[in-house]
Amino acid sequence: MTEPTPWQGETRPARSRGGSSANLADVLERVLDKGVVIAGDIKINLLDIELLTIKLRLLVASVDKAKEMGIDWWEHDPALSSKASRDDNELAEENRRLRERIAALEEAAAPPAQIPQAQASVEETSQAGQEEERSR
Amino acid sequence: MSTMDQAAYAYAVARPFPAERLDGLRGVGGYPVRLVEHDDLVVAVSPVPLHEFDEQALKARLEDMDWLEAIARAHHSVVDAVGQAGAVVPLRLATVYHGEERAREALREEGWRFRAVLDRLTGRHEWGVKIYADPSAMPAPEQRPRPGAGSGGGAESPGKAYLRRRQEQRRSRDDTWRTATALVRRVEESLADLADACQQHRPQDAKLSGEPGENVLNAAYLVPDSGARRFLEVVEALRANAPTGTRIEVSGPWAPYSFTAIAEEAATAAAAHGGTG
Repeated sequence: MTEPTPWQGETRPARSRGGSSANLADVLERVLDKGVVIAGDIKINLLDIELLTIKLRLLVASVDKAKEMGIDWWEHDPALSSKASRDDNELAEENRRLRERIAALEEAAAPPAQIPQAQASVEETSQAGQEEERSR
Repeated sequence: MSTMDQAAYAYAVARPFPAERLDGLRGVGGYPVRLVEHDDLVVAVSPVPLHEFDEQALKARLEDMDWLEAIARAHHSVVDAVGQAGAVVPLRLATVYHGEERAREALREEGWRFRAVLDRLTGRHEWGVKIYADPSAMPAPEQRPRPGAGSGGGAESPGKAYLRRRQEQRRSRDDTWRTATALVRRVEESLADLADACQQHRPQDAKLSGEPGENVLNAAYLVPDSGARRFLEVVEALRANAPTGTRIEVSGPWAPYSFTAIAEEAATAAAAHGGTG
């Protein structure tokens, strides 16, 4: 039995393999979350698995989603908080802005409105400026 | 290790194929992988020490990221190897039986599900397409010509200069998001007709993926092997033309992990309507 292998012999440095050298995040999101579930003999407590999945989702998904869900334990979990929480806050803010923007753009069939954004931009700028000034 | 202490870790289900194709393949914990057959199905299994995979042990160990990574990679490499021989249905991580006979029973009991899913996934692979937005890849705002900065402008006050810089940074970032959003739409539109199905995964956090920038699209496409070349050509064209501040990454071929659920749903729906599945 031969499987068609259309990718063979091509040089595509930009493409990572789905094989054994695959990115860990790509592997985890597939083996943990996808695939057929059949009952094994070893019963793993579902709650534990859910906790585990949530834990990993925090790593896989963006930090802001978890914060929206009111979960912030990773900030106290030494195994998972590889960065200072200050970075998390900045990242979360950035994520939130991005997601809002994408949602707004997806909803609107028309191109995004320029004027409200410009106003928001100025507002945020001055706020950020004040914060930065204060922290000095 | 006596049989009493052994469990069978199950990786994936497939149509029967010569077991020699798995020669030398090691699974979780380095144990050799075997095929357990029932009718027109096989399940790839390997022995694992029961004491490492009983409820108690799993509960503790699944929280250990290093252990989890080792198991996940071993699991995936067996699924990948089985998939080299033909259509494959990956099983969820840590599906463990009290021996090969119990795994065979599972094949017997769940056979109809596996057949239905295999039928729908035969001749197809999964490809991953990700888009990143990376404002830091944009040219520094200072280097851009600044509007209104005429020759007679004179020196700007430090506060004003600061605010202007911040504003330019914001603008650059907003531009990047806008560009990335447009790119997501373009990629989705370009690939929709080249794949049988598409699944969105959650965007990956940079802490786990180690990738620079913000992951804004993390999609998996189920592509017929006959159309894979065309799919990759289109993705490559999109990738090569990705605007500054954005990045497209492709991964694959993957066993069709992300599509087992929808294949099963489709088969169940077809069966409910008296179809052949």
